[in-house]
Amino acid sequence: MSSYYTATDHFVLLPALLLGLFACATLLFDFWVFPESKRRKHLAWFVLMGEVFASVAYLRQQMFLNQHGGELQAFGGSLVVDQFALYFHWIFVIATAIVVVMSYRYFEVRDEHHGEYYGLLLLAQTGMYFLASGNELVVLYVGLETMALTFYVLVGTLKRDQRSNEAAMKYFLLGGLSSGLLVYGFSLLYGMSGSTKLREIGVAVANRSSADTVLFLAIATIISGLLFKVAAAPFHIWAPDTYEGAPTVVTAYLAVASKAASLALMLRVLLGPLGTAREVWEPIIAGAALLSMTVGNIAAVTQTNTKRLLAYSSINHAGYILLGIVAGNQTGIQGVLIYILIYVFMTLGAFLVLTVLCRETTTGEDINDLHGLMKKSPAHAIWMLIFLLSLAGIPPTAGYVGKLYIFLSLVETGHYFLAVAAAIYVAVAIYYYFRIVKSMFIEEEETAMPALSLSLGTRVALLATGVMTLGIGVYPEPFVKFAQQTLMR
Amino acid sequence: MSEHLLSTILFTPLIGVLILLFIPGKMKTAIRWWANISAVAGFLVSLPLILNFNKSLDGYQFVERVDWIPTLGVQYLIGVDGISVLMVMLTTSMGMLAIFSSWESINDKVKEYYAMFLLQQVGMVGVFISLDFMLFYVFWELVLVPMYFIIGVWGGPRKLYAAIKFFLYTLAGGVLMLLGIITLYLQHMGQTGVATFEIAQLMNTQMPLWMEQLVFWSFFLGFAIKVPMFPFHTWLPDAHTEAPTAGSVILAAVLLKMGTYGFIRFSLPLLPQASSDRMIVNVLAVLSIIGIIYGALVSLMQQDWKKLVAYSSVSHLGFCTLGIFALNQQGIAGSVIQQINHGISTGMLFLIVGVIYERRHTREIKEYGGLAHVMPNYAIVFAFAMLSSAGLPLLNGFIGEFSIMQGAFQANMAWGAFAVTGIIFGAAYLLWLYQRTMLGEVTNEKNKGLKDLNWREWVVFLPLMAWAVTIGIYPKPYFDILEKPVAAIVERVNGPRVPVNAAVRVDAMKTEAR
Repeated sequence: MSSYYTATDHFVLLPALLLGLFACATLLFDFWVFPESKRRKHLAWFVLMGEVFASVAYLRQQMFLNQHGGELQAFGGSLVVDQFALYFHWIFVIATAIVVVMSYRYFEVRDEHHGEYYGLLLLAQTGMYFLASGNELVVLYVGLETMALTFYVLVGTLKRDQRSNEAAMKYFLLGGLSSGLLVYGFSLLYGMSGSTKLREIGVAVANRSSADTVLFLAIATIISGLLFKVAAAPFHIWAPDTYEGAPTVVTAYLAVASKAASLALMLRVLLGPLGTAREVWEPIIAGAALLSMTVGNIAAVTQTNTKRLLAYSSINHAGYILLGIVAGNQTGIQGVLIYILIYVFMTLGAFLVLTVLCRETTTGEDINDLHGLMKKSPAHAIWMLIFLLSLAGIPPTAGYVGKLYIFLSLVETGHYFLAVAAAIYVAVAIYYYFRIVKSMFIEEEETAMPALSLSLGTRVALLATGVMTLGIGVYPEPFVKFAQQTLMR
Repeated sequence: MSEHLLSTILFTPLIGVLILLFIPGKMKTAIRWWANISAVAGFLVSLPLILNFNKSLDGYQFVERVDWIPTLGVQYLIGVDGISVLMVMLTTSMGMLAIFSSWESINDKVKEYYAMFLLQQVGMVGVFISLDFMLFYVFWELVLVPMYFIIGVWGGPRKLYAAIKFFLYTLAGGVLMLLGIITLYLQHMGQTGVATFEIAQLMNTQMPLWMEQLVFWSFFLGFAIKVPMFPFHTWLPDAHTEAPTAGSVILAAVLLKMGTYGFIRFSLPLLPQASSDRMIVNVLAVLSIIGIIYGALVSLMQQDWKKLVAYSSVSHLGFCTLGIFALNQQGIAGSVIQQINHGISTGMLFLIVGVIYERRHTREIKEYGGLAHVMPNYAIVFAFAMLSSAGLPLLNGFIGEFSIMQGAFQANMAWGAFAVTGIIFGAAYLLWLYQRTMLGEVTNEKNKGLKDLNWREWVVFLPLMAWAVTIGIYPKPYFDILEKPVAAIVERVNGPRVPVNAAVRVDAMKTEAR
């Protein structure tokens, strides 16, 4: 190998290469091997195979890091693999795998089963790889755009559905704006430091006073762009419409993976090069967090569409996660990591149940469509209850572990006001989550449709998310430990 | 078995639920049998607890300790002292009776109903035996969900409103309490470097008064909403009135006690400075007295039989909190005994309302009158429950109220003087209720054909009546079992402000005693 592409480079890049190759192969397979739509579901298994290959590559990286510690750098420090990045890579693998298995029945029923959907999922994951592992502005930006562009298409997958198209358009326009803001901030950082490497930017930022206007402008624009991607207020406007219009499976992927990847980028930038400018960004993030919880909770109360409701709930969760960044100490960041992990399982689970209930048309999306679900299919109602309890943060489901960490870090760092606000919003949130519960368990008239016959993949996915949501709550220790080790260099 | 006695008590109902889930929903009789068997088993396994409990020992007994989340210092640490033993026995026995009493009244979604009751029992027992604050919090919240469903699914006409109100109120209090727990935990960690939620260790925390007060108020919100103390009582009449009979019984007999128990177990020993602070004690005593008098006066005005009993709970629980904040032996011991008494007598009163509601499907007091002619046995049981609730000597209510009043007068003459009026009002609304429903001529045609108590109802009432009489005639075992733990709490609250080292030594001694 030449000095441009060393063995280490290869070792680090391998998962992304595999994901990208599988993505392209999926597109080709779609034309050559499975042209008739009935057999396209085999593509799902092919994608899962890709995930297995990528997992093996990640596992080798993980073993290497566990053995030698530290981090692996590649391409002159443009890419980095450390425990932190791997933590997110694992989350992406889990999220993508679950979304793939829940997808094929969903699209088959709608007669919109397209092979490129699977290819795009893998491409999005490739973008996420660069978001979590990138250590350089250009790489990060390209990763972000790869992810975002594929998502614009994914949201519009239901070509004949007006709402899906509308959602895609809205997401695209506002997403483009936010990317513009972000890249503007990046260019300011480049201007300050003369480098795109995060490490050198860190040095330049440390030399600036916190009252510096350019620094403030850079931070404000970067944070604005990122808040958009994680769907936090005041840049959340796109989320309810997009979540509602997108195919439910894409909504799930968007709510989980896209948010996690953007948070990875946010953590890497804010705690890395901008770590010394904490006093500049902390009030901005704190304000956004408070606003997200307020908007998310208040607006969710009146929603009648379950997907919209979950969209506002995800804005609310973004608020809680941001609070962990505001606290910013060891506990806080650990809390953010655990929260994201738990969020992935419970949110995927909740959308999974909705996916199962959605029929060809859009029924199953209105809260009233869930009436009497407990009678029609008790198993789904109970799973949904577990996911909702977890989203609300009621022990012994997993959600409370994340909230506990966030509260701990806030009190530890003396943010008492934020802690009290966050605590009160837990009680507000229970109100709208329990509107769904009420609809499923208490309402008498039975409008709920019996669930579709479940595919094997959906069963496994439901079981996995449910067991994890309960398991992390009942015995959080291994997961807490995992997150803790992630932060130890 | 005896090593894991508490875990056995805790998880027996859970095993019952897990097996219950496999019984097909259509086999209602099988489900009823199994739920009752589980509940009886839950009671039977708790008997060795009271039989083997050694009341001459200090500290906690039957302690089990397993690391749960070592990273945060959370342990699965359970154990009992005299106070919690009584609470656990109250829970298992009332749980059993409540489940038994629902045999005929619940015909819809039977399986879910019993599952919720058994699940709730796990949470309630857990609350009373947790010696780790985080574990306590988990059980505390665990109780909410089953109760929400019990009220929301099997409740009366305004069940939805009542259920979500109950949930929102108690959850808000619980989460704010969590912030207090976290503050205490972090203070302790800052001082000792040890991350733990264990109560015995958290007692070593030294905090400035203002911080203790802050934590106290946060605990207060959690516990006072649960009790409920005036002005947080508004969820109670709704929840009580709308819940199915057995739900009201459990709510009154056990769930409310979680709040008062919280004050005794956590607020007083963990925050002795704040708990004996003049301002705080006065505020709590005044709120208790307002609760006593207000609850009684509102009861007088009620047109709805069940709502009347619900408001009487506010009044009775006022006595319990007043006793606690008298901060002396009689007051606190009396409060614990009164909590059990309230469980027995108010439990009975709710069951009595349930009996008549099943027959007539109305709770309007004016619909009734002269029932003693048609249902003589029922009238006797009601008279018994009423007198026990009103505090007639030789019945249980008297013992608790007397002891609390003793404590209150010792602490402050004025408190005692005001609280006594509550007893008078209490006798008034109960006797008046009895007069309006039971005595006189049968005025309403519909009441003429009512059937008297059947054997199932007798089975529920008889043990409760026997229990009421035993406490009334011979309360000594209860005072004996409470003596040590209450004395320790009183000493901790009123004792001289010991410097750090001495406090550690006292606790070290306690730990050894365990």
